[in-house]
Amino acid sequence: MSPPSLSLREVTKNFGQTAIIRGVDMDVAAGERHALIGPNGAGKTTLFNLISGRFPISSGEIHLDATRLDGLPPHRINRLGLSRSFQITSIFHRLSVYENIRCSLLWSRRYRYSFWHALGRQRALNEETERLLEELNLAERRAVQAGLLSYAEQRALEIGMTIAGGASMILLDEPTAGMSHSETEYAVALIRRVTQGKTLVMVEHDMRVVFDLADTITVLVYGKVIASGPPAAIRADSAVQEAYLGKVAA
Amino acid sequence: MSDAALRALPSRRPVALAVRLWPWVAALVVSMALPWLFYDFQHGRHSGFMLSMFSQTGMMVIFALSFNMLMGQAGLLSFCHSVLFGLAGYSTVHFLNAAGAGELPVPMELMPLLAGFSGLGFGIVFGYMATKQRSTAFAMITLGIVQLVTTAATMFHHFFGGEGGVKTDREIGISLFGLEYGQSIQVYYLIVAWMMISAVGMYFHTTTPLGRMANACRDNHERAQFVGYDPRIVRFLQFAVSGFYAGIGGGLFAITYEIVTFDAVAAPLAANALLMAYIGGATTFFGPVLGAILITLMQSGVSLMSNSWLVYVGVLFIAMVTFAPSGLTGIVMEHAPLARAGLLRRLAVPYLRVLPPGLIALAGFVGVVELLSFLTIGMAQGKRLELLGRPIDIFSAAPWIVSLACLLGGGVWLARESRHFKRAWEGLMEVARR
Repeated sequence: MSPPSLSLREVTKNFGQTAIIRGVDMDVAAGERHALIGPNGAGKTTLFNLISGRFPISSGEIHLDATRLDGLPPHRINRLGLSRSFQITSIFHRLSVYENIRCSLLWSRRYRYSFWHALGRQRALNEETERLLEELNLAERRAVQAGLLSYAEQRALEIGMTIAGGASMILLDEPTAGMSHSETEYAVALIRRVTQGKTLVMVEHDMRVVFDLADTITVLVYGKVIASGPPAAIRADSAVQEAYLGKVAA
Repeated sequence: MSDAALRALPSRRPVALAVRLWPWVAALVVSMALPWLFYDFQHGRHSGFMLSMFSQTGMMVIFALSFNMLMGQAGLLSFCHSVLFGLAGYSTVHFLNAAGAGELPVPMELMPLLAGFSGLGFGIVFGYMATKQRSTAFAMITLGIVQLVTTAATMFHHFFGGEGGVKTDREIGISLFGLEYGQSIQVYYLIVAWMMISAVGMYFHTTTPLGRMANACRDNHERAQFVGYDPRIVRFLQFAVSGFYAGIGGGLFAITYEIVTFDAVAAPLAANALLMAYIGGATTFFGPVLGAILITLMQSGVSLMSNSWLVYVGVLFIAMVTFAPSGLTGIVMEHAPLARAGLLRRLAVPYLRVLPPGLIALAGFVGVVELLSFLTIGMAQGKRLELLGRPIDIFSAAPWIVSLACLLGGGVWLARESRHFKRAWEGLMEVARR
């Protein structure tokens, strides 16, 4: 099955009188790694919140392949195969690391709201949980309460919970924020590994990560897309340099 | 898993099973043996007081555990849990009356199951209303529901029987084992059986996808949506299932007392569930069991000795919320890291040092409360205050001075010793972490 594509048409979002997203058109091709960059307050996280259904959009349309996403609640969007992570780590903090991953697997493994399966006896489910823990390098921490993990471990768990359900469209919101250089390198390798064969959209501030990982870059400034294209084109774009990279280049 | 490990499994399994099962077996054996410890062999009869206290404890264990399915496990503070319990109790009275009249061929042993299904029904109805919201709004809706149903219970006589409630006779003459249920001991064993079934059922529930997602929604309802779950449906189903078990408790209540009045649906009983779950410890599965035992013991035992037992329950509750929010079992669990590190023995001295001032302050507090209560209610009832069989003159200065001195002196001493204890505790924890 080929990974899905995502398209946004004339998407706007107002909070009261304030327009945060002012008519965004964006296309994410199937299977590409797409980076969303822009200065603070550009509306990158808000855009993620709109795509994933956390907030309703004010106008416009969002499509995942042929399916219209806007208007659907977050859990329905997730079940369609679009999964997102959070910039501020969002985990089940009183549950163990193991349970966090297992909970993220449950729906996609068709357990739904079952109150007749004993989780301990679901071999395929538990083996898949173990495999994911190994992949995330969290196997030794499986029994630890998630809230007690170190920051970098929590970020890894966050990514793990996002990809666990097998979604083919992955949205990562600043997965490397606040990480040291070596932690970032590790996280990038992890992201590369776990999003193999999927479509990835990520908000990222670290330009090394962006130019290392992305096939396409979209630049968002004050709720509008000012440029979109391959990294080389973005690097050369004068509007982008002025609005955003200019500060770095100067 | 290697072949060797696989082969080792069958021999290990019975041991693991025994380890997992022993608390259940112990609970069953203790509850079955308990009445016989108070058996009057001279007259050949059971102690009625003890038996009714144990029966009450049994149904309260179910009630508190089912309440904790909401509070501890789903993070839902419900004030209408008594409604699910009480309405199932009312229904059971009507079931029993119908069975007694020969219109409902259900044996006594299965009546609690029928009560459970009515609890489930009410759980679905009220859960649909309440679980639209979560946290504070949820709590407020449940508060509305309990007031609504309590009022309805005094208004609609057909079902609720008005102020006097509805009565029944549990000797319906239908039983799987040919039992009459005339004797309280038979009812007690019925309660024990259903208490075990309910506890096992509720424990099993915590190991299911729904039970686990209830925990997840408690911790972070937003994230639950982004792993594909609708938290509203999780809350609703959890509420309904907890209504099923509360209903079993309510059915046993109706069978035991053969009368159900609006007290069984009213807010004080819901508050009792909160007290039991909280004092016992809402963060563990078994905490509410401990709370149910303790509160029932205070309710029936301490209330015999003192008019002010509710004051003690209240103070205990406030003390727990303030100093040990994870409840009694939570306190025990906090010792686990020290036990693993083999440091438990080094807490003996700090504990012994807290004990005398604690006891003195407690004695002083009880003294002051009792003296005050005897000035008013006690005197009106013509009771006399006694200590170790000797009457105490509440109008002389001595008992007041002694009590106050114990309370204040013990309190100051306790505060100092607690600081010492805290230092010792933190020091040991530091060692245990290394």
